[in-house]
Amino acid sequence: MRIAVPVNEKNMETTVCPSFGRTPFFLVYDTQTQEASYEDNSAASSQGGAGIKAAQALADSKVEAVLAPRMGENASDVLVAAGIAVYKTQGDNLQENLKAFEEGQLKALEETHSGFHGHGGQ
Amino acid sequence: MRIAVLSGKGGTGKTLVSVNLAAVAGKAAYVDCDVEEPNGHLFLKPEQVETREVTVKIPVVEDSLCTACRICTEFCRFNALALVREKLLIFEEICHSCGGCTLLCPQKALWEKDKVIGKVEAGSSGEVRVLSGIMNTGEESGVPVIKALLRALPELDREGDVFIDCPPGSACTVMESIQDADFCVLVAEPTRFGAQNLSMVHELVEVFHKPHGVVLNKVLEGEEDPSEEYCKSKGVKILGRIPFDRHLGNLNAGGRVVSREEEAYRTLFEGLLQGIRKEVRHEAAAGA
Repeated sequence: MRIAVPVNEKNMETTVCPSFGRTPFFLVYDTQTQEASYEDNSAASSQGGAGIKAAQALADSKVEAVLAPRMGENASDVLVAAGIAVYKTQGDNLQENLKAFEEGQLKALEETHSGFHGHGGQ
Repeated sequence: MRIAVLSGKGGTGKTLVSVNLAAVAGKAAYVDCDVEEPNGHLFLKPEQVETREVTVKIPVVEDSLCTACRICTEFCRFNALALVREKLLIFEEICHSCGGCTLLCPQKALWEKDKVIGKVEAGSSGEVRVLSGIMNTGEESGVPVIKALLRALPELDREGDVFIDCPPGSACTVMESIQDADFCVLVAEPTRFGAQNLSMVHELVEVFHKPHGVVLNKVLEGEEDPSEEYCKSKGVKILGRIPFDRHLGNLNAGGRVVSREEEAYRTLFEGLLQGIRKEVRHEAAAGA
């Protein structure tokens, strides 16, 4: 299964980024092959709607699940429309979260926030 | 003459100043551009109020015509459009109503609908024409409501002097509100925080090359006033001082127009208005 995680740096020792839309990178990880790649998040510098753009990119790259600590409702709408499941991370340790996901320990992220639109880039 | 009243922060006395200037100006107009929380009408209590809706254009997609070409999603700099599983998603509250997506769609699968985001209320309070902009809760930007208010300016000019009560701060909505003003009145509080916020709006009116002056509010005689010090250090004209006055505060908090209640306050605001008129004439002469 191809999953994506917002991460702060391009390595496996890094931490989960608290922001989905404006994370600097996404780790794209294949749970079968354990292959990892890091995508620059082109939405990070968006004037607005970063979550939508980031979610669009993940939908286009055919990931099947996203692990994130929280998410705006617009980004979530895009992922839901794309049939991508979203799971809530526990703490910011990347490898522990990957392990927890593979063991089925992570719960679905059910609450979304209404976003921070207009605070900084109206 | 169009006078914009602004301040770097809320609660400095913008509405007190603009409402009372309008009230002592004879035939005049008061325009409340603080569309997120308009409160001038609470003081002026306009009558025979007429309401007009303010709308913006939002794209609508006809799914059967959309070929998922992504021209619209790639064009939108606010990312208000997404394309997932060949279906276009439109995020109305993110859309800035530029119309670009509709214009660019090669299949003509997009068109525009009106979305109500607020209203303008117009009424009269004695000799003062009162316009209030009201943005609906949850809307992204008050700018379209302010634009709708300011479209009435040419008509309001015929009424007499126009006083524009701006939103607090120095963001887009304030820039929109002062754009057509002849003069800006900056209201400041005698605190360090007040002086800091004054410096922000002062920089803004300088960027817009607007003639301006400061009204010092809540002035305590003999006490340090960081806003006054700021004005002196930057050579900013001080138009007048409103003393820290519990009685004035009580009247104002009770929704009264203080200059309509007591002679002393009428004199205070008349003096302020005369000072502003003199500045505007001076600026007009210097600019000519």
